[in-house]
Amino acid sequence: MNGGSSSRLHAPAGDATRLRLLLKPVVFLVCLLPLASLIMTAVQDGLGANPVEAITAWSGQWTLRMLLVTLAMSPLRQWFAWRWPLQIRRMLGLFTFFYVCLHFLTFVWFDHAFLLMDILGDIIKKPYITVGFIAWCVLLALAVTSNSYSVRRLRRGWQRLHRGAYLAALGGIVHYMWLVKADYSEPMLYLGICTLLFLTRLVALLR
Amino acid sequence: MAHSVRPGSEIPESQVTSPAVCAERRRFLKFTAAAAAGGIAGVGVARATQAGTKFTGLKKGGFTTDEELTSFEDATSYNNFYEFGTDKSDPAEYAHTLKTRPWTIVVEGEIDKPGTYDIDEILGWMSLEERIYRFRCVEAWSMVIPWVGFSMSDLVKHFRPRANAKYVEFETLQDPEQMRGQRYPILNWPYREGLRMDEAMNPLTLLAVGIYGEVLPNQNGAPLRLVVPWKYGFKSIKSIVRINFRETQPPTTWNDSAPREYGFYSNVNPDRPHPRWSQAKERRIAGERTLMESLFTTRIPTLPFNGYGEHVASLYTGMDLQKHY
Repeated sequence: MNGGSSSRLHAPAGDATRLRLLLKPVVFLVCLLPLASLIMTAVQDGLGANPVEAITAWSGQWTLRMLLVTLAMSPLRQWFAWRWPLQIRRMLGLFTFFYVCLHFLTFVWFDHAFLLMDILGDIIKKPYITVGFIAWCVLLALAVTSNSYSVRRLRRGWQRLHRGAYLAALGGIVHYMWLVKADYSEPMLYLGICTLLFLTRLVALLR
Repeated sequence: MAHSVRPGSEIPESQVTSPAVCAERRRFLKFTAAAAAGGIAGVGVARATQAGTKFTGLKKGGFTTDEELTSFEDATSYNNFYEFGTDKSDPAEYAHTLKTRPWTIVVEGEIDKPGTYDIDEILGWMSLEERIYRFRCVEAWSMVIPWVGFSMSDLVKHFRPRANAKYVEFETLQDPEQMRGQRYPILNWPYREGLRMDEAMNPLTLLAVGIYGEVLPNQNGAPLRLVVPWKYGFKSIKSIVRINFRETQPPTTWNDSAPREYGFYSNVNPDRPHPRWSQAKERRIAGERTLMESLFTTRIPTLPFNGYGEHVASLYTGMDLQKHY
């Protein structure tokens, strides 16, 4: 019984380190689950009569979900005084960018077969696609400046730029809302979550 | 007559047609089981009423196309029928709760013979034929479907419409018990659609009771639905319980929901873009395609009136179709 006391002194520190080491790989794998599930469905021929539409909807929804999870990291840290949310925030943001690129690629490749006039026509004439395209541009800018070099280089400007994530989220939600025909429940849920996160940040900023 | 079937054997194996052998077999088993349980009226009589039952002695209608057919599986698993949910897969999953017999249709308005008619009484008057139509959804996808049904005009004659019957209004069943999607106010239930009288009387306008030679699956609008092939799919109202002949233009569901987007006429028109998506092209869902083939199939151009202009364009002479969309 006595012999255990010295090892117990060191145990918490060792566990925490191990957990920290595991954090990123685990989150990385979890972020790949939506992709894995799409591939499984596709392999089992389960994408239905209109696979292009199915992949478009899937990638769009996971972009929004991933973005909202990313945006939840700062409030989580604030509410619970946890440190880990900030350690995985960049990875989550880059996964958001990964899913939005799959979404965009589906649009230009499978939906429009790279026909430039059709693609530009949609972006210019269809408001929901205009907004979606702008949101994609914002996410592109955030992804490009997500490295440590940019953080150091842009200083306070970096923070301002990356608040644009909220702009992208709002754009994505409006994009979703404008394409829905009648059932607004899912985009409204995302809007609710986004508003809550935004207000949390706003209150923290004003304090 | 090579395809006629002995009475009493509603689904002979020899009649089983590809494309959907698996689905066919599943339904065959279900049907046999139900028949064994004595659950099906009409086994052994000529009239087919149960989803999946083959029609006997169908004649080929005048309207057809040699375009590749949509697979049975796709046509019966990818449906917009918000009464059962807003996902395309919801109707196939949940429409089994719809009871299609007994089924009556209230026929009223500017006619000499109003009344509540049993669907089987109506079917007794009509002779069924098969017609292959293109089907164009407002969401810019399309199918090619072999319908079984009869001309709307042949039915309308039975009700003796009066001269002031200028429009026909249709209504879908409203029963949230059977139609789970109606428990949510997604649309202003019950679903309503309408046609101008001359549109309703056009020979192309079909009332369908079947697809692919068999009784309509519930998710496709059983037991009776409209098919207006030169208009966007939402005009082709499903599971009809009321037909009302009117002097004035009836309100229609999607027009109520978003008037700027869905007009009363809603003729297929590549030159009149929907505010949210282009109508110039469409994604054709046809044949037995692999995933890769589907992904790399490009959109095809959409035709005015969905390619039925020679039959229907004259209905709209002098009308500004940008305004009357």
